[in-house]
Amino acid sequence: MIDWGRTAYITVTMLGGLLTLAALLIWVERRLLGIWQERYGPNRVGPGGILQSLADMIKIFTKEDWIPPFADKVVFVLTPAIVVVTTLMSFAVIPIVPGFVVADLNIGILFFLAMSSLAAYSVIIGGWASNSKFAFLGSLRATAQLLSYEVFMGLSLMGTVLLAGSFNLSDIVDAQRHLWFIVPQFLGFAGFFIAGLAEAHRTPFDVPEAETELVAGYHAEYSGMKFGMFFVGEYLSVTLLSAMIVILFFGGWHGPLLPPVLWFLLKTSVFIGLIILVRATLPRLRSDQFLSFGWKVVMPLALVNLLVTGGIVLWRDT
Amino acid sequence: MLLRYIRDLLLGLWIVFKRTFTKPVTVQYPEERPYLPPRWRGRIVLTRDPDGEERCVACYLCAVACPVDCIALQATEDPTSHDRRYPDFFRINFSRCIYCGYCEEACPTYAIQLVPDFEQSEYARRNMVYEKEDLLISGTGKYPHYNFYRVAGVKIRDKDKGEGEHESPPVDVKSLMP
Repeated sequence: MIDWGRTAYITVTMLGGLLTLAALLIWVERRLLGIWQERYGPNRVGPGGILQSLADMIKIFTKEDWIPPFADKVVFVLTPAIVVVTTLMSFAVIPIVPGFVVADLNIGILFFLAMSSLAAYSVIIGGWASNSKFAFLGSLRATAQLLSYEVFMGLSLMGTVLLAGSFNLSDIVDAQRHLWFIVPQFLGFAGFFIAGLAEAHRTPFDVPEAETELVAGYHAEYSGMKFGMFFVGEYLSVTLLSAMIVILFFGGWHGPLLPPVLWFLLKTSVFIGLIILVRATLPRLRSDQFLSFGWKVVMPLALVNLLVTGGIVLWRDT
Repeated sequence: MLLRYIRDLLLGLWIVFKRTFTKPVTVQYPEERPYLPPRWRGRIVLTRDPDGEERCVACYLCAVACPVDCIALQATEDPTSHDRRYPDFFRINFSRCIYCGYCEEACPTYAIQLVPDFEQSEYARRNMVYEKEDLLISGTGKYPHYNFYRVAGVKIRDKDKGEGEHESPPVDVKSLMP
């Protein structure tokens, strides 16, 4: 029996929290990039510049909401919503603390993988609907990249599933009470982190939107709030990636002294920081470099990891 | 091989992360102002000599030296009020000026000078055109003691030829006497 009142309360809290977080992250990333490049970043609007995203939002709402005459109108308008909606849907299965989860699905990981695959559609059809060269090239690259990373993203998660014996994310976190899965599943973590960076289109794997080559790739034709949706979607998926890493490999809410919710938020923000640090440090890979790296290095490693984990689990259980 | 890549990767992350603890190089301009050296080439002014008269003798050398032709002036003489040649109008179009300082180099009387001030933004382009009243300052600028007419050997109101500092009396070219 589902307690609808509680579910509604959790949903509203998560939605409000996540959208605020996504807006804040835009500012956080710009400040952190600034600090790591020996400058300040936005520090004018509000204390330390914290209201920068609000100012940007007001500006972006006053922009002309332009649809290119050559675009496929319906798809073009629909696409930005897909990014945000699918990413927010993924958060439905994420347990922040025990019991605080919108839908405690027993196939949580599969739902997450499905939603992240759906989010990839927005990139592909967004670039297609824009009907321009750069956007099309961007979505072509996104498709190629998608085929390589989706495979090892799923494979690298299966190790944790084998160890925990469940697809349910809460069960996976509980299975890490004594030992975080980062220790037995380091290869899985590495593979998932790489796939997640590619999924969120972050440097060094932001090949589909490579500014220096493709202007902005698949969202080159988008302006106003439609572009804003892509932007918010990117930061939501960064948050999602960090939360998933924490849940799957770093013991979720488990930790000494502090309350569980603080542990979860702390670990998540460390990974958000790490992702921004990666962006500040690493240059973009070439499209073919990422593809061959994905197929020839990460994917075999993920397979070996899965095989060894499976063997160990079998040996332990018999 | 792979281990070397991973080491380099982590090393790069660490090097960037260390930047957290360095001070930004940014100068936060409106609050924090950069030091501009005295010879910094900024806004152009017309200076006066120590007696308070205009230094400019309207020789047009600055207008000739100007690579973008932003200086316009016209010489005039008015014996009743001035005892010397002076510019009737002197106009600098700062929307064209490239602050190269050639006018200052060309000026024989140190009249035109560039000062360390760059805050010349205007809302209307026509406000970038400075007239003589806007350009003329009451001081001597960079050369406080230089007084062109005191050393130039020409006659002005209170000084005849040959009466200035380092000047000898004029030679009478029609006389045979040494």
